[in-house]
Amino acid sequence: MLKLSHISKTFNPGTVNEKKALTDLSLHLRQGDFVTIIGSNGAGKSTLFNAVAGSFFTDAGSIELGGRDITFQPEFKRARVIGRLFQDPMRGSAPGMTIEENLALAAGSGGWFSHMTKRDRERFRDRLALLEMGLEDRMRQPVGLLSGGQRQALTLLMATMVPPQLLLLDEHTAALDPGTAEKVLKITRQIVEENRITTMMVTHNMKQALDLGNRTLMMDSGKIVLDVSGEERAGMTVDDLLERFRAGAGKVLDNDRILLSD
Amino acid sequence: MDLSTVLSLGQTALELGLICALTVLALFLSYSMLNVCDLSTDGCFTLGATVGAVVALAGHPLLSIPAAMAAGICSGFVTALLQTRMGVDSLLAGIIVNTALYSINIAVMGGSSLLNMNKTDTVFTMMKDLLSGTPLAGQYKLVVALIAVAAVVAILVLFLNTRLGLSIRATGDNPDMVRASSINTVFTTTVGLCVANAFTGLSGCLLAQSQKSAEINIGTGMVTIALASLLIGRTILGKGSILRRAVGVVLGSFVFRLVYTIALRFNMPAFMLKLVSSVIVIAAISGPYLKRRWPMIRRRLAHGSGRAVKGGR
Repeated sequence: MLKLSHISKTFNPGTVNEKKALTDLSLHLRQGDFVTIIGSNGAGKSTLFNAVAGSFFTDAGSIELGGRDITFQPEFKRARVIGRLFQDPMRGSAPGMTIEENLALAAGSGGWFSHMTKRDRERFRDRLALLEMGLEDRMRQPVGLLSGGQRQALTLLMATMVPPQLLLLDEHTAALDPGTAEKVLKITRQIVEENRITTMMVTHNMKQALDLGNRTLMMDSGKIVLDVSGEERAGMTVDDLLERFRAGAGKVLDNDRILLSD
Repeated sequence: MDLSTVLSLGQTALELGLICALTVLALFLSYSMLNVCDLSTDGCFTLGATVGAVVALAGHPLLSIPAAMAAGICSGFVTALLQTRMGVDSLLAGIIVNTALYSINIAVMGGSSLLNMNKTDTVFTMMKDLLSGTPLAGQYKLVVALIAVAAVVAILVLFLNTRLGLSIRATGDNPDMVRASSINTVFTTTVGLCVANAFTGLSGCLLAQSQKSAEINIGTGMVTIALASLLIGRTILGKGSILRRAVGVVLGSFVFRLVYTIALRFNMPAFMLKLVSSVIVIAAISGPYLKRRWPMIRRRLAHGSGRAVKGGR
């Protein structure tokens, strides 16, 4: 499904600010995998997502998605098959446009000159109703009026309107209050399961990392230091995970957000 | 001032306002929607005027309209190319194209800086012939301008609600989102600027034909005048659907011309037009900003004099 082969990325090479963000990283995801990723500060989690999504091209290695080599495919082309959510709920939707216009943009059906039809609107309404946030009755309101949680839920809907081959979730609930985060997470789970979307999710919540999905990766210094799945993962506790990280990375996990969260 | 003077003032303002509203609609697309301040507007306006005049002088008044629009599209394409593919800053791209267009416009007019269309068939004279004998005979300029504005508003509103139009709006509304989406910003920016400049070209073409001459300075300051109209329109009919906002933009253009015509009537010299439009743009853009900053400014001033005032950011 997704195959990363020996990818590397160095920022500001040859300067004092040189930073090896990814070093010779390889990863193979199967269709329908739901992978949770945790790691210390600056471990390269977001860089990994940027590399997969095509925000930059990697310095070395190749990336394959669904059997196609996308190593040098520009970001906007990859975005047709990769959905992505960021931590900042403001990043995923256009505030000056209405909810239905944002959804129409995401649905991307029809040609360049197609208009939103009544059927489109009905489809959007049904999808919005799934969120149970009352957004289906506010379809003509600008997105800028929504709360962070509502916007993130809408972004999730937009990213999965046409089910993508791969969904990248970069701490997409971290900026929301606990109740809303819970809700958005529930919707995420529901949509991902329903469409069997291959998903990668960065989280700083260790418990969440073990509860969600079928595979957990831990990253440190641009490498994957721990990769657990199946039975081994099923019986794991947060303490086991921390212990395994220490063994894999040769140091204690130092993510202040992880340590501060319960 | 008697009634007939008022009416004739109103009519002049309406004609000029409507013709220039086409440029304001162009900026509505590029500035309000795409969030690109297209400084090639002045040159493109003149380009539309010169190309339209040359084609009309060659005996094809109807053809002058598509010709002027096509010229505008070319100009917009170059501006877009510079900023999307060649690493030129967007403001600079507009200025460069604007400068280049000065030479091109003189070249289009065959080396002269003025083309006279006194005895030439234009879309206005055609409309005049068409309407002769009807009650609208005296209003032929208004009719042409109205048709043009209605057509452009209709096209623009329809266009901005297509998938392409939505993509263009999103490009200006949230670049962060668009960068990570399947929208190709190079494409949307290019299409947006081409369409906007087609309208600007049309606007220039019509203004030149209505005043029966095209000259090299016809477009000077147009971008500021259009921005002033745009911002007035935003104040009148600020938020809402695209149609409402587009109509607001046209109203803004009319109000601007009306105020200007009245000011002329009160002996304001004509050369003050550009100063007035600059002041309007400054007031419309800086007003809200300074209003936001005001509590803080007040607090700082009070701080120096030892009095405590709360509030401000």
